[in-house]
Amino acid sequence: MAAVAETLDAVQSVTESGYKWGFSTDIEMDIAPKGLSEDTIRLISARKNEPGWLLEWRLKAFALWQQMEEPEWAMVHHPPIDYQDVHYYAAPKQKPGPKSLDEVDPELLRTYEKLGIPLKERAILAGVEEEGGARPQVAVDAVFDSVSVATTFRETLAEAGVIFCPISEAVQKHPELVRKYLGSVVPVGDNFFAALNSAVFTDGSFVFIPKGVRCPMELSTYFRINARNTGQFERTLIIAEEGAYASYLEGCTAPQRDENQLHAAVVELVAMADAQIKYSTVQNWYPGDSEGRGGIYNFVTKRGACRGARSKISWTQVETGSAITWKYPSCILQGDDSVGEFYSVAVTANHQQADTGTKMIHIGKNTRSTIVSKGISAGHSNNTYRGLVRILPRADGARNFTQCDSLLIGDQCGAHTVPYIESRNPTAKLEHEATTSKIADDQLFYCRQRGLSQEDAVGLIVNGFCKDVLKELPMEFAVEAQKLLAVSLEGSVG
Amino acid sequence: MNAVAQPSALQVRAQDFLARYEGLKDRLPGDAAVRTAAAAAFARTGLPGPREEAWRYTSLRPLAEIGFREPLGPLADCAALLAGLPAIEGPRLVFVDGRFRADLSAVPSHVTVRTGTPAFGTLARLDEKLVTLNTMLAEDGATIDVAEGIDAGTLLLISLGSGSHSHPVAFHPRHALHLSPGASMTLIEIAMGAGTYLHNPVTSITVDAAATLTHLRIQNESPDAFHLSTVYADVGARGTYDSFALTLGGRLARMEVHAHLHGEKAAAHLNAAQLLGGNQHADFTTVVAHDAPATASRQTVKNVLTGHARGVFQGKIEVARVAQKTDGYQMNQALLLSPDAEIDSKPQLEIYADDVKCSHGATVGDLDPDQLFYLRSRGVAQAEARSILVRAFLSEALDPIVHEEARAAMETAITAWWERQSV
Repeated sequence: MAAVAETLDAVQSVTESGYKWGFSTDIEMDIAPKGLSEDTIRLISARKNEPGWLLEWRLKAFALWQQMEEPEWAMVHHPPIDYQDVHYYAAPKQKPGPKSLDEVDPELLRTYEKLGIPLKERAILAGVEEEGGARPQVAVDAVFDSVSVATTFRETLAEAGVIFCPISEAVQKHPELVRKYLGSVVPVGDNFFAALNSAVFTDGSFVFIPKGVRCPMELSTYFRINARNTGQFERTLIIAEEGAYASYLEGCTAPQRDENQLHAAVVELVAMADAQIKYSTVQNWYPGDSEGRGGIYNFVTKRGACRGARSKISWTQVETGSAITWKYPSCILQGDDSVGEFYSVAVTANHQQADTGTKMIHIGKNTRSTIVSKGISAGHSNNTYRGLVRILPRADGARNFTQCDSLLIGDQCGAHTVPYIESRNPTAKLEHEATTSKIADDQLFYCRQRGLSQEDAVGLIVNGFCKDVLKELPMEFAVEAQKLLAVSLEGSVG
Repeated sequence: MNAVAQPSALQVRAQDFLARYEGLKDRLPGDAAVRTAAAAAFARTGLPGPREEAWRYTSLRPLAEIGFREPLGPLADCAALLAGLPAIEGPRLVFVDGRFRADLSAVPSHVTVRTGTPAFGTLARLDEKLVTLNTMLAEDGATIDVAEGIDAGTLLLISLGSGSHSHPVAFHPRHALHLSPGASMTLIEIAMGAGTYLHNPVTSITVDAAATLTHLRIQNESPDAFHLSTVYADVGARGTYDSFALTLGGRLARMEVHAHLHGEKAAAHLNAAQLLGGNQHADFTTVVAHDAPATASRQTVKNVLTGHARGVFQGKIEVARVAQKTDGYQMNQALLLSPDAEIDSKPQLEIYADDVKCSHGATVGDLDPDQLFYLRSRGVAQAEARSILVRAFLSEALDPIVHEEARAAMETAITAWWERQSV
């Protein structure tokens, strides 16, 4: 069964099983009116039939947000965002999807083809309704606009004791877990966009891996933005209990749009003793056209807490989309001997702007962190690495290695590196390296004289430049990501 | 923001500086228009606060707690301080509490020197708040000109905080140095003193085409002093600004250098070492703007921190679109020798040209136990072994100094510093 059909089923079942504010009947109420106020938040909360404590939590976030100012320190520029001109709630449309791939926008299909996405998966991505198709190889929690409505492979996961469901469902079914962990890594007033998200988040994924369980499959979410003028405010919460392991994949596609869309997600990871969480992202949202019009504003707060001893959190990201990216997946290394990793490739072309990096906060003894960041700028874009490594006084024997490399393609783009290195423990060892260069003429010449086209040669060299990061991706993503790099840089070489 | 909020300590201090300006403005020498503009700007902006990105690691809070006044009264006797100066031969310009002292100076013969009025120059910008403060209150300074093709040899620029006043004093000397095409010179700046004072010098340096300035600084201020200096260096085609700054003294210190490489193949070397103990705080902040093709910059900055000291390094390399073939390199290393010391480092690249080679590196850690063991196993005592390793650590920054006497003076000062620390 294809995703959309399943989506419809899931909506049906959810609606029947007690969503008294079910959205299937009243088309008028599918989208909340534009604007943000306490009323909007009460509406969202009521729609989702949330318990009182969650509404309180949202209102507290909103009160804090109103006192906050939009951060200006990032090296990105955009016209001021009118937060009152955004719909903060949109339920999925009940209109049928295209019947076959023939009905899908050929431009979209070409992109999929270039990315080498299998036909079956393409159909899923394009939302084609299909009967009796093979199931995808990964468990997909598809987020269509703001309400997460379809989840596959749930039984297999349930057998292992893994909970993988929309966070709105977790609020209903596992309120004690949500209440315990929500906001425990990213507090409601953490920053402007996180506070906004806390006030208005509509859905996202919830993962709970119980003690000692190794999650039997890669967990995956395809985020998509479909409705016009809808801010996306996902909230993801992943908890790995003692000795548990989870690998989570997040991928994004978005159809072309003329208007800028705001996206302010929050992802929280909690790893207890000996637990491991691997979080991989391929971010491929609409970056705007070649003149820089349109495209997604991606202002994301991602943070993981290594709470227990020997826990490990690993972030891997390939960022090729969005008009503006503002994103710093971080690790708080509380447990002794805990490990944080950040592997990132950020590609900007045309007029894209990316300000991305990480924070590694070393609190526990013998904590270790590794940061490998590869930034590629082309066209008129600007690409900034911004990272913090902080060693607190108790973190004896802490260790950090950071490498940030930037590659410039063309003379109209910018590449920036802004690392912050703070150490308050003499037994800690920190190393930081950064380089900026362009593709060497001799490398290009070597490839060209062996018959590669200019674009293929650049694609090959860029992939080599990013190899340290790409090899960290799960197989499902690695191939797609390599092609994505080449596609993203198309037309910027020459 | 609450409209009736109490003014912060920094705001109170800024008001105090403004009041001093109001009282003095009719008597201060130099261009009144420049000064008036600065006062207006300072009234608007005040002192830099902790929420400003450039000041995130250095708080002027300790400064705000002290009421500074002008150094008044008879000429201070500085015999003791003068006796402590390193033995470096050559002509010298001596400023005591920010005022030129002809009786202690020996004016050089190959260069034009003018004193008695602040040398405002054209490089300083009023968006730097401490420069604005300096512009508003500067009383004196040296204007130094080296004519085309002249090798002016060595010149010492000495600042002494006399400590002979009954109250803390603030002085804001304003110097300007111009090297005409093909000229060269070694400027050795030494800052020393006694007692509590604020030394807030601003120096504008213009290095014309193919000229070379070697700028060596020893900051060994009194342990209660505040040293906040700003240097602007504009370098023309094939010119070189080659600098090294050693920070040993002061309770709170910051050296800020803005180097602007605007001519083809211009070069800047901004090396530094900060050796801090006790509750000292020192900050070395640089901005190198590569604004012409084939320019080069090199920075090696070393921190050795003991006690509760806090060292800060902020280094920014900006490469403009026209500055193809830029070569920028920056290395920042810190040794933390005590559990309570702290280093904060922010090397930064901002690059808009594609055919460039820019890199930076940073390391932080204690002395390598293997290296210590190696020395100990050869019979070297613990303290001696540490001393050897610290010197080896510093040598990369000190070695490029070609001026023998200056380097010897620095090494002597480092030895004295090391002996004061019980590590």
